[in-house]
Amino acid sequence: MNALLDFIADPHNNFMGQSITYLRICAISIMLAIVIGVVLAVAVSRSPVLSFIAVNLSGLLRAIPVIAFLVAVVPFLGIGAPPATVALVILGIPPILLNTYTGIRGIDPATIDAAKGMGMTYWQILTRIQAPLILPIVAAGVRTSAVQIVATATLAAITGAGGYGAYIFDGFNTFNKTAILAGAIPVAVLALIIEVAMGWLERALTPIGIRREAVQSQMVVKQGEVAKA
Amino acid sequence: MAKISFHAITKQYPGTSRPAVDAVSFDVAEGSTCMLVGTSGSGKTTLLRMVNRLIEPTSGEIVIDGKNVLQENPIALRRRIGYVIQQVGLFPHLTIAENVRVTAEIAGGWTKQRLDKRVDELLELVGLPPAEYRKRFPRQLSGGQQQRVGLARALATDPAIMLMDEPFGALDAITRERMQNELLRIQRDVQKTILFVSHDIQEAFKLGEQIAVLDQGKLIQLGTPVDLLAQPANDFVRKLVGGDSILRQLEYLPVIDALEQDTVASARGGDVPTFLSDATLLQAMLKLLETNAPALAVQDKDTQQQLGFITLASINREITHAHGHKTERTETAI
Ligand SMILES: Nc1ncnc2c1ncn2[C@@H]1O[C@H](COP(=O)(O)OP(=O)(O)OP(=O)(O)O)[C@@H](O)[C@H]1O
Ligand SMILES: [Mg+2]
Repeated sequence: MNALLDFIADPHNNFMGQSITYLRICAISIMLAIVIGVVLAVAVSRSPVLSFIAVNLSGLLRAIPVIAFLVAVVPFLGIGAPPATVALVILGIPPILLNTYTGIRGIDPATIDAAKGMGMTYWQILTRIQAPLILPIVAAGVRTSAVQIVATATLAAITGAGGYGAYIFDGFNTFNKTAILAGAIPVAVLALIIEVAMGWLERALTPIGIRREAVQSQMVVKQGEVAKA
Repeated sequence: MAKISFHAITKQYPGTSRPAVDAVSFDVAEGSTCMLVGTSGSGKTTLLRMVNRLIEPTSGEIVIDGKNVLQENPIALRRRIGYVIQQVGLFPHLTIAENVRVTAEIAGGWTKQRLDKRVDELLELVGLPPAEYRKRFPRQLSGGQQQRVGLARALATDPAIMLMDEPFGALDAITRERMQNELLRIQRDVQKTILFVSHDIQEAFKLGEQIAVLDQGKLIQLGTPVDLLAQPANDFVRKLVGGDSILRQLEYLPVIDALEQDTVASARGGDVPTFLSDATLLQAMLKLLETNAPALAVQDKDTQQQLGFITLASINREITHAHGHKTERTETAI
């Protein structure tokens, strides 16, 4: 334990710098995956053919290991952060795209019909009706992909992007257990934090009207009031 | 001037062998209620949805106030037409109050205070006390209550035209009658032009000045309830309106059952045909149809004293009443 703290405190190891590198790669990848995943899902959801292609392609993407992407993009993007980021974005898109698409398709058609019937524009339907209804499902997708990205970003060290992965790979090469732990523990903690925080966010984003427990507890209150009266 | 005119309007869905709506032409007068009746799949919803362009016709025209709807911006068109959809379709993430006000919000031009007041008025109107229901969510309401919110929502902007697709379908007989009476009251006050789809011929008789009978996408007959009863265009209409049994009833219902006192005719004095109080409603109806008189005066057969007047509307009311009771009895028997 002391060895670990010493390792982290040692300016030579630049723990702060590697942490920032790691977090930056993760954050940028997650942001890009969200934007691309959501925009793609919204764009394809109006066309059955495009939806079919997008959904199946997403499934296919999930089957290919990240390391394959990483190796495949290096010839085009060179080494450093860019190839790692591209690979992580590709890894992060499918859960978000699939969840967004499922969310949009899961909305009762009558709801959309009523919205159109009262004269809402495409944009109003998207922002006032679809977005609030699918937000929790999208958040669940973001949670999956963020955890995956954080856990996988250690591979970024392969292309020389740095981050915690650098400690792990160095540690393996030099049989330095402390270095491996200094890389692995922050990754595990980060993944846990994201899991818990996104789980909370997911709940917070669920509108009360479609939240099961909330509806029931309100009913209980109502019955209580009736009982008093 | 007709508010809504259909000119040979046709809709054929891609990949179907025959049109869902087939060259339908008729007019709905301004401020009147026209009922669309017909069996399931006869094209009622399709016809209705072409009015606010949720469905685009294959051919033909729909003209509202002299303007072809196809030349109007569909968004603007929909904002000035109230639409109650068959499947209700409330927004599950919004409260009841928000569901009602959203229509007016997107149409624009309402201050917050006016909106709040309007929402309460409307909830009151459809029989959902605002204090209790305002803050609830759709899933905390029964199907019938949701349907009433759907009606309130469509009324929010006080549109001159209402399209109503079986708005009372999920209501029990008592609530349905209350809502029907509310609608009649609204109609007396504000005179909207209403196209109303119904499966229920009693409802059609009660609410409609005109009834359009559709079968397999074709307009079979357009007429008043009495027209449909007295001169059904074919066996389909005869069966639909249950004309045989009603005519038989008219044969033994006396005119005094359908008397009314203050009609327009009564103001005009004696220039209407006179009947004695032992005549039947059938005789009266045939006389009215034959002479085109606005009303008949009824005199007591012994004292010759004037008792009141008979009009097609009063006969219509009596039929609806009698017919309604008859069905209720059959239902109880089952
Ligand atoms: N989107 C569509 N694509 C193809 N056919 C359709 C479509 N919508 C409706 N139809 C067909 O058009 C016909 C008329 O349908 P419509 O919904 O207008 O009937 P309806 O009179 O409203 O029936 P109901 O009383 O059951 O509501 C039906 O045969 C139906 O199957
Ligand atoms: Mg229908």
